[in-house]
Order: sequence, then C-alpha cells, then structure tokens
Amino acid sequence: MAPLAPKTGDAVFASIDHVNAELFTLTYGAMVRQLLTDLEEVEEVNKQLDQMYVGYNIGVRLIDEFLAKSNVSRCVDFKETADVIAKVGFKMFLGVTASVTNWDAEGTSFSLVLEDNPLVDFVELPDTFQGLHYCNILSGVIRGALEMVCNVSMKTEVTWVRDMLHGDDAYELRVKLLKQIPEEYPYKDDE
Amino acid sequence: MQFFSGSSVVDVSLSPTAPPGTATGHAGNNANVLYIFNRNGVCLLYREWHRLLRTLDASQDQKLMFGLLFSLRSFTAKMDPVSADKGNLGVPLLPGQGCSFYSFRTNTYKLSFMESPSGIKLILITHPKTGDHRESLKHIYNLYVEYVVKNPLYVTGTPIKYASAHVCNVYFLYLLSELFTTNLDQYVKTLI
Repeated sequence: MAPLAPKTGDAVFASIDHVNAELFTLTYGAMVRQLLTDLEEVEEVNKQLDQMYVGYNIGVRLIDEFLAKSNVSRCVDFKETADVIAKVGFKMFLGVTASVTNWDAEGTSFSLVLEDNPLVDFVELPDTFQGLHYCNILSGVIRGALEMVCNVSMKTEVTWVRDMLHGDDAYELRVKLLKQIPEEYPYKDDE
Repeated sequence: MQFFSGSSVVDVSLSPTAPPGTATGHAGNNANVLYIFNRNGVCLLYREWHRLLRTLDASQDQKLMFGLLFSLRSFTAKMDPVSADKGNLGVPLLPGQGCSFYSFRTNTYKLSFMESPSGIKLILITHPKTGDHRESLKHIYNLYVEYVVKNPLYVTGTPIKYASAHVCNVYFLYLLSELFTTNLDQYVKTLI
C-alpha cells in the first residue's frame, strides 16, 4: 500500500538540508541582474526566465527531487495537483505555503496566491524595468514540473496576475491547463 | 536544496538515510543487475555486478526489459480483483494508474521494480532469497536525484555517461558520474 501523501510539506521541509535564505535571494537577484545586462530587453529576460532556459529546465529536474523526498503518490485530478503544489511543493523548496483560489467553472485553471516570497526580499524594481516579471522563474518551474509528472502529462500556461513589486498586495500566479497528453507507447510497432 | 562548494572531491551527505542493510550474505555485491529507464524507454543506466549469462546484445536486452515491464504492469492492473480503475488493455498505463507490481521471483533470481510518478523505472535483479526491496529502490531513486538530476551538465533523458564538453566541464561531469556509481556500488553492497 502506498504511504499517505503528506498534507503539508512541514515534515519534508524539516528533514531536508537548507541553504541560507539570504544567499538564495541574493544569488537569484544577481542572476536576474546579469540577465538584464546581457539581454537588455525586458521581454527577453521574462522569456528566458520562464520558457527558454532557466525555469523550465529547473522544473523538469525538480520534479524528480520532489517525488523522491516527499512521498506523494499520483494525484487523481487537477485539483489535487494544485493542492499538492501549493502545500507541499512550495513549502519544501521555498519554505512558504501558497493558497489555491479562484477555480474557474470547468476546473481547468486556478490561482496560486503567495503572501510572502523569499525571492523578492530586498528587491525594488526601478521605473525602466517595470515590465519585468521578476519571479518568472516560478512559472517556468511549475510548467516544467507538471509536464513531466504523470497524471497525464499536462501542458499548462502559467501567468502572473498580481505582483508585489508592481504595487499589488500579494503574488498571484494563474495556472491554466491547456491540454493533457495521453501516454504513448514509446516504441513503434515495427522496431 | 543543496549547494556544492569547492571543486575537488566533494563529500556530500545525502538527506535520506539508507534503510538498514545488515550486510550479511556473500562477500561483495549482493545484487546482480540494475536498470534505470525513463518514461520514454531510454535506458538511463545499466549496471551489472554478477551476470553469468548474456543472451542478447545490450540494446535488445534493454528493449526487452522495458517491454516486459510495460506489459507486466498492464497485465497486473487488469487482473486486479480489488480495484476498479483498470484502464484498457491496448492503451499504455500511466505510472500510478492501476495497482503497481513490486517483484517477481524465479528459482534463480528475483526482480524488484519501482516506478516514480514521473515515469522513472528502477529494476533491480538479485538472488532469489532476498526480502522486499521497495525501500532499497526508493533509496536508489534518491541517489539518482542527488547525483544525476542535480548535476547541471547532465542532459535529462540521456544515458548516464560522460558527455563531451570543455576540459574542466568534462572533469566535473566525470566526477559526478563517478560519485553516483561509487555511491550506488557502496549502497548495493549493504543489501541483503
């Protein structure tokens, strides 16, 4: 029998090694700053953080670590997936819990609300970079992780709705399920 | 999260503690063969410690193993007298759907199996008198995460080998693959 999935990530969070929070925040800040210097275009930086390189690749690897350390079994539906991401996943990797709100009518998209976000401690966005989604790495990570995990493999779209650096009161990510890719037999029949 | 510091041989302490292996049994490794497959059937790792008979060449052998497990999972899920979620016979099963089979035993060996929800399959072949290896497989999965997944030079979905890169990067990748296989060998020695 599979062990019961942990309802909160507290136990897992307590058992894994921690890194200094400030080191983490400052490293992330330095990386975003370097990306801005290299690419100069705010849109490009947003894309890099989310899609092209950073976030998505981290997500694809993070999912294995997440599954190994926490004993979650397969999520039965998208709602359960959302809860697991918010309670266990965020807690385990960032040390904060997110809350899941705003389910839409068909149950295919939801919002993750973060009250405090360790990535943005000490950060202020200057006026020239107002279009920057500083935490876009989170959207890439969620997208990458969900594509690898199997309830069915999910293609999702993750966008920022509210962002504290732009003056809102919390961070809100909207996760929308685009399509579910059914499992395929990897070898062709004639090989 | 763990950050590696320094560039020489790093002593990394693993977060999961290994389940107690009582290290009795024959001197040397107690396991015979280990396979690790990913979701698409690519054999990420094939490691053998004691294999006396080789009937097929390596790639055929791996395809056969992967196909066997695919079919066995479908079959065991379909024959399940208890649960309702069976799936259809022709359609490939998702990891976690249906009941999961753990092992089978013959008079000469025992094959233990574990599948993660992300599709990573671990197969361990040992001598037939061995006990249940689910915890061991879980620990090996943790080793895989620590040493392979977290290696920034490892391309996910490719076999765990050395990659060609610049001089200092090659050294780095070599070291971590070495670390993975060394730790794996050490752990396998302690299996009953």
